[in-house]
Amino acid sequence: MTLFVTALVTGIGLGAMYGLIALGFQITYSVCSRVNFAQGSMVMLGAVLGFVLTERAGLPVILAYPLALLGCAFMGVVVEFCLVRPFAARGSEAWLMATVAGGILLDNTVLFTFGNEPRSLPSPLVESSWQILGTGVYPQQLLIPAVAIGVAVALQLLFRRTRQGRALLAVVQNPDAARLMGINTSLMISGSFALSAMLAGAAGLLIAPLFSVHSDMGTLFGIKAFAVAILGGMTSASGVMLAGFLYGLVEAFVTTYLGSSHTYILTFALLIAVLAVKPNGLFGKAALRKV
Amino acid sequence: MPICLPLTRRLLLAGAAALTLGYALPAAAQDDPIKIGLVAALSGQSAKSGEAITRGITLALDKINSEGGVLGRPLELVSRDDESNPGKGLIAARELVQREGVAAMIGGLDTPVSLAIVPFANDAKVPFIGPWAAGTPITKNGAEENYVFRVSAVDEFVDEAITEYLVTKYGSKKPGMILINNPWGESNEKGLMIALEKRGMEHAGIEKFESNDVDVVPQLTRLKENGADGLFLVANVAPSAQVVKSLDRMGWDVPVASHWGPSGGRFTELAGPSGEKVHFIQTFLFTDPAHPLFMKLQERFPEIESLADVTPATGIANAYDATLLLAAAIEKAGSTEGPAIRQAMYEISGVEGVIKTYDMPFTPEDQDALGPQDYIFANFVEGEIVPLAD
Repeated sequence: MTLFVTALVTGIGLGAMYGLIALGFQITYSVCSRVNFAQGSMVMLGAVLGFVLTERAGLPVILAYPLALLGCAFMGVVVEFCLVRPFAARGSEAWLMATVAGGILLDNTVLFTFGNEPRSLPSPLVESSWQILGTGVYPQQLLIPAVAIGVAVALQLLFRRTRQGRALLAVVQNPDAARLMGINTSLMISGSFALSAMLAGAAGLLIAPLFSVHSDMGTLFGIKAFAVAILGGMTSASGVMLAGFLYGLVEAFVTTYLGSSHTYILTFALLIAVLAVKPNGLFGKAALRKV
Repeated sequence: MPICLPLTRRLLLAGAAALTLGYALPAAAQDDPIKIGLVAALSGQSAKSGEAITRGITLALDKINSEGGVLGRPLELVSRDDESNPGKGLIAARELVQREGVAAMIGGLDTPVSLAIVPFANDAKVPFIGPWAAGTPITKNGAEENYVFRVSAVDEFVDEAITEYLVTKYGSKKPGMILINNPWGESNEKGLMIALEKRGMEHAGIEKFESNDVDVVPQLTRLKENGADGLFLVANVAPSAQVVKSLDRMGWDVPVASHWGPSGGRFTELAGPSGEKVHFIQTFLFTDPAHPLFMKLQERFPEIESLADVTPATGIANAYDATLLLAAAIEKAGSTEGPAIRQAMYEISGVEGVIKTYDMPFTPEDQDALGPQDYIFANFVEGEIVPLAD
C-alpha cells in the first residue's frame, strides 16, 4: 500500500511537470509546426532568474517570479526571431539544430555567469511534509499538478473562446489566408514561442524548491517533455497533459516496483511501442493533407 | 709549425655534435626549474575542487622552493585543464610529458579521467600521483611497472570504513545502498558488497538513481520496505541532497554513512537542515583557523576569509602531501628520470605532511599512501564541515 501511494504521489508530481513543459512544445507546434528544442534550457532559465531575483536582488516572490517569467518569454521571442525565423523563411529545417545549439549556448552562458555550484531556491511549501497513507507529500508537489491542469484548461479556453485564440487557430489552418484576413501571423508565431518559454519557466520555478538550481537542470526535463509531447499527439493541450501524467506515473511505478535500473529501459521501450501502434500519439489526429 | 688538421667527415660530425651539445648544455643548467605537471578539472562543475588541488600544490611548492628546491633546482607547476573529460585529460597528459618535459604529473579529479591517463603514464614511465579520484583500479591497474601513486581516499577502503561505521556506531544489521548510476557508484557497489560479505551480512537492496533525479522516494521506499536499518550513500553534492530531501519527505530517520560526495559544495543549503544527519568520510579537515597551513593559505590566497571558504580541505591537503612526497622522491632519486623517481617512491621516509608523517608510504603492492585508519568521519554543521566525535 505504501509503495502504491508513494508511486502515485511521485508520478503525479513529476508527470504534471513533464506535461507543463510539453504544453510549450504543443503550443508552438500547433501554430507553426515548429518547436523550440531549447525548452529544457527555458526551464533552467526560469529557475535561475527566480533564484537571482529573490536571493540575490532581494525582490519579493510576488514581483520576482512574474519578472522571471517575462524574462523567459523574452528569451522565447529571441529564440524564434534569431534561431527559427531566418531558417524557416528560407524553407530550411536547420532551425531544429539551431534551437538545440541555442539551448547549449544558454546553458553554458549561465554556467559562466551564474556559477557552477548548484543552489537552493527556498519555498514555504517544502518546509514540512504531510504524511498521507504512509508516505510524505510536500504541498509543493500538489501545487505543480494544480498549476499544470489550470494552464491546460486555460489554454483550451484561450484557443476555443477568445479572439486571439481563434486568430492563432486560423494561422494554424492556413497562414496565407490568415494573413489576408488581417491577422498578424508573424506576431502570432512570436507570441506562441513567448508563451511556450513562459510555461517552461513556470515549470522551472515550480520544481526548483524540490530540486536544485543549476545550469544543466533542464536538459533531462526537456528531453522527457518532448517524448511526452509526441506521446500526447502534439495537437491537443489536454492530450499532452494526460500523456504527461501517464509518463510520470509509468516512470514512478516502474521505479517503485521493479527498481530504478529498469526505469529508462522500460519507459522508453513502452514509448516506442505506443508510437508504433499509434504513430500520431495517444490523443493526436493524423494531419490532414489537402492537395 | 701550425697544426693543420685535415678536414675529414669525422671531424665535421664531431664538430656538429659539440655544437649541439653546446646548445643543449645551458638548457640543463643547474638552476633550471624541474617541471611538475597538473592535469585536473579547472573549469566546469568540478572547478572548485580543481582550485583546491592547485592551492595545495602551490603551498607545497612555495615551501619546497623557499628551502632551496629539489636537487638544487626550483620546482615549477605547469597546469592543464581536463574539463572532467577523459579524452582531454589524456591529450593534456601527453602534451605535458612530450612537449613540456615534466618530471612527474599530479592530477585526476574524476575517476574516468584518471583511468584514461593511467596506461599512458605507465608506458611513458612518468610518475602520476592522484590527489583526488578514489576509483580503486587507478592504482590497482595491473601494470607490471606501476607508475601510478595516490594520496587520497580509495573506494574499497572507504566502503570498508563506512560499513564498519554503520555496524559499530549504529548496530546496523541490514543496510541498504543508494548509489549514483555511474562508474563511481558501480565501483562502490562492489566494495560495499565485499565489506558486507566479509561480515556475513545481508543488504536491504541496491538502488541506483540519476544525478538529475528530482524524487528518490520510490527507491528509498523500496529499501525501507525491505527492512533497511542504515543507508550507504554514494553521490556528489546535488544528488546527495536529493536523497536527503526525499528522506525528509518520507519522514524516515535512518543513519546515513556516505562517501565524501557531500563535502564538495553547499550541501546543507541544498539538502536543508537534515543534511547534517549525513555522516561522510574525509581525509583531512581544518578545525582551527590558527592551523599553520590555513594561515599560509590565507596569506597566499587573500580571498579565503574563513574555514567555510576552503571546503573541501581534503583536496588541498591531499595535493599538498602528494607534492611533498614527490619532491622527497626526486631528491632521493637524485634524478628526474621516471624509473628512478618511481624506485625512490618506495624508499622515502619521514616526510612530514599535513595529514600525517609518511614513513615508507608506498610499496609495489600498495601504491596508496592513505588507508582507512587515516579517514575521519565528519558532517556539516551550519555550513562548515566538522569532525564527528567518536
